[in-house]
Amino acid sequence: MITVKPEVQVPEKKLTQKNNKPSVYKTNQLNLWYGNNHALKNIDLDVKENEVTAIIGPSGCGKSTYIKTLNRMTETIPSVKTSGEIMYRGRNIFSKDYQVEELRTKVGMVFQKPNPFPKSIYDNIAYGPRIHGIKNKKILDQIVEKSLRGAAIWDEVKDRLNENAYGLSGGQQQRICIARCLAIEPDVILMDEPTSALDPISTLKVEELVQELKKEYSIIIVTHNMQQAARISDKTAFFLNGEVIEYDATDKIFSNPADKRTEDYISGRFG
Amino acid sequence: MLLISLCLWIKEDFTVSMKEPNTTLSVQELIAQKSNRGLLSAIEKIIPKLLLAIAAVSVLTTIGIMVTLIVETLVFFSRVSVLDYIFGTEWYPFANSTATYGVLPLIIGTLKITGIAIIVAVPIGIATAIYLSEYASERARKMIKPVLEVLAGVPTIVYGFFALTFVTPILRSIFPEVSIFNAISPGIVVGIMIIPMIASLSEDAMNSVPNSMREGAYALGSTKLEVALKIVLPAATSGIVASTVLAISRAIGETMIVAVAAGSTPRFDMDVTGSIQTMTAYIVQVATGDAGYGTTIYYSIYAVGFTLFLFTLVMNMLAQFISKRFREEY
Repeated sequence: MITVKPEVQVPEKKLTQKNNKPSVYKTNQLNLWYGNNHALKNIDLDVKENEVTAIIGPSGCGKSTYIKTLNRMTETIPSVKTSGEIMYRGRNIFSKDYQVEELRTKVGMVFQKPNPFPKSIYDNIAYGPRIHGIKNKKILDQIVEKSLRGAAIWDEVKDRLNENAYGLSGGQQQRICIARCLAIEPDVILMDEPTSALDPISTLKVEELVQELKKEYSIIIVTHNMQQAARISDKTAFFLNGEVIEYDATDKIFSNPADKRTEDYISGRFG
Repeated sequence: MLLISLCLWIKEDFTVSMKEPNTTLSVQELIAQKSNRGLLSAIEKIIPKLLLAIAAVSVLTTIGIMVTLIVETLVFFSRVSVLDYIFGTEWYPFANSTATYGVLPLIIGTLKITGIAIIVAVPIGIATAIYLSEYASERARKMIKPVLEVLAGVPTIVYGFFALTFVTPILRSIFPEVSIFNAISPGIVVGIMIIPMIASLSEDAMNSVPNSMREGAYALGSTKLEVALKIVLPAATSGIVASTVLAISRAIGETMIVAVAAGSTPRFDMDVTGSIQTMTAYIVQVATGDAGYGTTIYYSIYAVGFTLFLFTLVMNMLAQFISKRFREEY
């Protein structure tokens, strides 16, 4: 029986006992402020390789902020300040010599609302490899096909690669965005409520895809939908008011949460 | 008058209801007490007609200008052959007995000015737009935008003298072969004049590219420049091209700068260092001179004006077409 108290560090020992996969992300005492608003408070999280880590919590709990900190997307907001460290594969992503482009080449991201570029499907997928210097048409063709297959959308779009991606349905667009992310073969994929703008069938497809992708990628997914977290994740972190209340194996969180607040949230008493 | 009385009526109505708050009556009853229903509906009926009449003023003016232009142009073409006008390479309207009206030298003059203006304005305008939309801090934007607007508000006669007394001497000190009146200097200054137009409209187009697209590109490891050039610029192409075409049409029609600084020598060659004449400058020359009413020279300015009108009309239609046709959907 693991007892996790609020603001107490996750009992790392027990987690590592259960699985010995290496850590991808280690967050140590992360704090983040939007101006004077203290949005993330002393976050400690350890994300393992080839797992799906779900982050749940009510609106405004900081879960989206946290995932955006992992690839430093929060930097685009001028008033953001951070303290603490996030170790990605043993390197602090906040250290001055860590180039943000390098980090984001390793850590892909899928957003809440599908955001393909207003280009052809092909150019959408090829964008990433191209900006990183891959110009060879044959290689690009292979990458595009492989990524679209990886995102389970190849059969739907293979005959219309030169059409604008905005001609596709929302669910297809989101899988295009996942394919675009896969095209640079990242190490980690961050997903910020990737299905919240999708219909149930598209959601199901994306969820199945996540199960498939975790064989090769480590996935961190923010979700509003607790059933989704229960269905697809290996670990779940429950955020509340900028703090990690509980972080444990998903089965444990949903069957036998250690914290009363977690229980209240997952049983639908608030949030 | 009508508007003022309308305002007074509304105001009066308002103060009356404010003065006596009647708590015993329901709101519906209060509404029913209003006896102004008839007046209100009468006003509702008149207002659209009034607005239509006001809107018609500009339409009628346009038609009036068109009719005048076309009628007088037809008179001109009853005296000078259309083919001679369109394909003629010599424009000597002031040679009394041997006057020739070949418009090409004037068109070439206009194109020289426009070409130079585009070379100056398009790169600077788009670079400014990229800077303002993608790089500038809120503070920098707040400082640069008003300056651009001031630039757009400078009277063109001031630009004309700026070209003649500032740009031309500088050019002449670098390239001695440039004469006092030339095409380069007013061309550059016309370019400066249209920079704000290109910059501001292009910036609007780039600003309206949703941020989610930038985020998507950043998340793939793009640098700022890659996002600006490969995502935002292509997504804003239609707006940028349309703004450029509109600015070109402005350059074609620009009058004062060229009248002051470009000279009055219609010539059919590609030289930009010597005096030239544009269509607009010719119209100014005749209109401010003493060409008598009814002379061919008098009618020629309508023909030239009509030609100019066709040029700008085509450019404006092109701008509309481009912004519709090449809109990248998102």
